[in-house]
Amino acid sequence: MNIMTEAGVEQKLSSGTTAPSIKMKGEKVSVHYGEKRALFDVDLDVRENQVTALIGPSGCGKSTFLRCLNRMNDTIDTARVSGKITLDGEDVYDPKIDVVELRARVGMVFQKPNPFPKSIYENVAYGPRIHGLARSKAELDGIVESSLKKAGLFNEVKDRLLESGTGLSGGQQQRLCIARAIAVSPEVILMDEPCSALDPIATARVEELIDELRQNYTIVIVTHSMQQAARVSQRTAMFHLGYLVEEGATDKMFTNPDDKRTQDYITGRFG
Amino acid sequence: MTDAISSFGAVGRPVSIHTDDAAKARLKGRYRTETWFKWLGAGAVALAGLFLVLLLSTIVTQAIPALRQNYLTLPIDLSAAKVDPAKLDAVNYDAIAQEALTARFPDITSRQDKRLLRGLISTGTGVFLRKDIAADPGMLGGTVDYAVPLDDFADLYLKGLLADVGSDEAISTSVTPSKTSGDIDLTFGDDAMLALARGHGATEGENGMLTLTSGASSLLVVFNGGTVKLTALSPGPNGTAVAKGTVIEALDSTAPAASDQAFLRVIDTPEASRKISDKEIVWLDTLKSAGQIESRFNSIFFFTGASREPELAGVWGAVVGSFLTMIVTLAIAFPIGVSAAIYLEEFAPKNRLTTIIEVNINNLAAVPSIVFGLLGLAVFLNFFGMPRSAPVVGGMVLALMTLPIIIIASRASLRAVPPSIREAALGIGASKVQTVFHHVLPLAMPGIMTGTILGMAHALGETAPLLMIGMVAFIVDIPAGFTDPATILPVQIFMWADFPEAGFQQKTSAAILILLVFLVIMNAIAVILRRRFERRW
Repeated sequence: MNIMTEAGVEQKLSSGTTAPSIKMKGEKVSVHYGEKRALFDVDLDVRENQVTALIGPSGCGKSTFLRCLNRMNDTIDTARVSGKITLDGEDVYDPKIDVVELRARVGMVFQKPNPFPKSIYENVAYGPRIHGLARSKAELDGIVESSLKKAGLFNEVKDRLLESGTGLSGGQQQRLCIARAIAVSPEVILMDEPCSALDPIATARVEELIDELRQNYTIVIVTHSMQQAARVSQRTAMFHLGYLVEEGATDKMFTNPDDKRTQDYITGRFG
Repeated sequence: MTDAISSFGAVGRPVSIHTDDAAKARLKGRYRTETWFKWLGAGAVALAGLFLVLLLSTIVTQAIPALRQNYLTLPIDLSAAKVDPAKLDAVNYDAIAQEALTARFPDITSRQDKRLLRGLISTGTGVFLRKDIAADPGMLGGTVDYAVPLDDFADLYLKGLLADVGSDEAISTSVTPSKTSGDIDLTFGDDAMLALARGHGATEGENGMLTLTSGASSLLVVFNGGTVKLTALSPGPNGTAVAKGTVIEALDSTAPAASDQAFLRVIDTPEASRKISDKEIVWLDTLKSAGQIESRFNSIFFFTGASREPELAGVWGAVVGSFLTMIVTLAIAFPIGVSAAIYLEEFAPKNRLTTIIEVNINNLAAVPSIVFGLLGLAVFLNFFGMPRSAPVVGGMVLALMTLPIIIIASRASLRAVPPSIREAALGIGASKVQTVFHHVLPLAMPGIMTGTILGMAHALGETAPLLMIGMVAFIVDIPAGFTDPATILPVQIFMWADFPEAGFQQKTSAAILILLVFLVIMNAIAVILRRRFERRW
């Protein structure tokens, strides 16, 4: 309840000042996997053109919450979602909402780089093609090039666009996946531990990229790395055992958290 | 390893639970088990390999004679007097060929012997001759040298499969015949021939008389340009031997033959226990030594349909029947099987109904194939009234049998596509169908094709269900369509194996070899597909 009021206050503030508006909003979101409840009444807002980091120990429900935002949980037969999630005020679980359209607006980058076993070009061009975003080959080429540029990958792969995407290094593959997500021109990009399979240099490269992407996209990132959350995010939400413990500006969360569990987790006392 | 362990001891490390005697014994026991297992495994593989080699070598050695056929070249009179070019269909070509053969042996006069002689060439001769004349009318108008296929027994004898022919033995003395033809007496210069006859199963009678019955080996004396078969021997005066014999091939003269001009041909297999008589053997040997018989590639076997006559029987009808059946099977089982697998794996809700369907599909794969044949008989033939013995029905029955195999293999390979690929496609807004058809199915395709080919190979070798729908019929014509009566390779093998004629034994093995070649090719394609399209991600 405390969080609700705080969020409400900030929303009021944002209408009057330059504070960013709310892009996605979760209200009393609960998820069951069969009999097991994985998420308990989570209320969390995602602000436009900001990076929201979800942190917490393993199994705390942060990935589950992330996957609710573009209904990826639909692919799990036993998963059941209750509560309300809105994108620009529209309920994404409304039966009238087309899940294909939703996922085009809310893109996703996964923990493990998962390029299609096709060429680099095809990897990026697939999304625009199925959504009919390009009317000509030239236009499609343009989308592929700009997406790869935005993902900071173009210079590395421009001479081998027709080679297999699976032949790239891990960090390049993950940036290819980001380019693939960008190519569809989503409004929100969800990232589920995008750097967990990468080495520190590739991680730094992806983090830089996330910071750049913030200008144009709203980003939600799940991470296990406190430093990463502190480096890339503007807002942080702390999950524990399926509950949202605390949510707030990243600076405040890392210097002066309200909840003792957050403090303990951040300082490495548990988790 | 043991060195390392003992060196620990030498260094003087304290004895722990991992280094004491009990531990060493445990370790030794573990290695002993491993060695045992290794040897057992190697033994099993070696045994399996041995059986495989045994099986293949048996089939191959039996099949090789069937790949060639002996042809007899005869000068055949096709002049206008014999063959009227205007009425080619009214000519008795068999008689013309037989005349040419009897003309080759003018000495043979008795009707019985003539019939025996005519039997040396295949009963299909007339058909071949007519076909060849129709294809090349230029043969008409004179005498042409024409190669006719030999009858199966003659062919088998020449391949050495019908009788054990011992080596020719020199006769150590002179031979004097009493006449040149008919039943004659032979006088040998010494009695060595008596011992020889005893050694070859002659029956001892009174006064040292030796009788060579049909249960004894045949002793043929070859001299003076002819052949005499010995029937009885007795000791003669002054250490000579006198023999009675029957002339098989007339002698040139009654002059005595010196020892180096006569020899004895022994046919070890008694005449009573072989399918070819001494006369036929002598004629064939004469024709062969005259260079009139040649062994050719057996195109009859590869390119004609079934026949009751072993030398005329071919596998082509069965191969075409198998091919047509497999086309129907593939056309039905592949699309239905893959669709069912995609639906069950990607779209179907996981509930009680789909679980029941899944269990039943798995059970169907284990249903005996003859049950599918009964189903085909009851449903396709009796209920829907489809044609009997037709590849279309055979294909449908085999498709029912192959379906569960394809479904199970397809589901397994769909399941093997990593979920990350599905998530990636769904994550950028691909619909379920797009995800499956653009990404999952292409990745699963090599596995699906492998499963399909193996299922088809299984179907190709299937006999039992097709017996039920009448594909066991004796069909001479090559099937021209899906509804023509046909038989298939394994059923052809089954039928040939059942025929009593000795000639079919080789044909059976050769047909098995052809079936095996097809199966090996299909399996090789499956392996190549798997290698070629296997992707790593």
